[in-house]
Amino acid sequence: MKGSLVILSFFASGLLVGVFRVFPPGFLNDDISFYVLCCLMFSVGVSIGNDPTSFRQFRNLNPRFIFLPLMTIAGTLLGVMTVSFFLKNRSLTECLSVGSGFGYYSLSSILITRCKGVELGTIALLSNIMREVLTLLLAPWMVRYFGKLAPISAGGATTMDTTFPIIVRSSGKDFAIVSIYHGFILDFTVPFLVTFFCSL
Amino acid sequence: MFIVIACMIFGMVTGYLLRQHRIRFIHRLILTLIWLLLFLLGLEVGANEAVVRQFGKLGFEAFLLAAGGTLGSVVFAWFLWLTVRTKDKIK
Repeated sequence: MKGSLVILSFFASGLLVGVFRVFPPGFLNDDISFYVLCCLMFSVGVSIGNDPTSFRQFRNLNPRFIFLPLMTIAGTLLGVMTVSFFLKNRSLTECLSVGSGFGYYSLSSILITRCKGVELGTIALLSNIMREVLTLLLAPWMVRYFGKLAPISAGGATTMDTTFPIIVRSSGKDFAIVSIYHGFILDFTVPFLVTFFCSL
Repeated sequence: MFIVIACMIFGMVTGYLLRQHRIRFIHRLILTLIWLLLFLLGLEVGANEAVVRQFGKLGFEAFLLAAGGTLGSVVFAWFLWLTVRTKDKIK
């Protein structure tokens, strides 16, 4: 829990720095976070490659884990559908298109803004950022109560980049390949599902 | 996305080639980079005026959708986890 609070405080301080314009506009662009992400992925790769046991574990992976992306999609859509009953001013398809972002906030919010307007686009951005933050914060708790696959499903399309390190930390290195496979499949699913639900 | 994956594969090869030497500081470095990335994410959201102004109004709806989607997927992942566990116990 201490680790999660530290993570949240970094997000919050970033938020404050952004709101109060500490840096001049244009000082930070997407490129910087992309380079940091690349460094992160390189480090994660080094930690996997440097561990002599991890390559052996890839081979004993349970083939049932192939179905995990399907479980994520079905579970998310069912959960979002349930929420849509309580959101009177949002239609079912609007809620489903936000849910189909699976944490991929940059792409889903752009797609949704284009076909459903800025308001739903903003909701998509916030909702999918929150999904990512929820996963980062609650990953250890999810493992404890719902098993080691739970944070991977929760992470959605982000499980091969931003939430990947936290998944490896809480579920263990044995789940690194499942996590990458899962993120890979969902990354490709996002544009298709989002545009599908937008067009309905 | 392919560049990101390429970075990791490159890292894996590097780590594998250096496996004679245990790189101990790597986990600390990973955690630091996660912090930096989260800070940048916050910065991106905070610098976007339109998002900040509507944060409260749209944030609640966004939170409900995020929570619903996350909980649904976690429960479904749990079902799969349970089937895998029971199979392993039978073995």
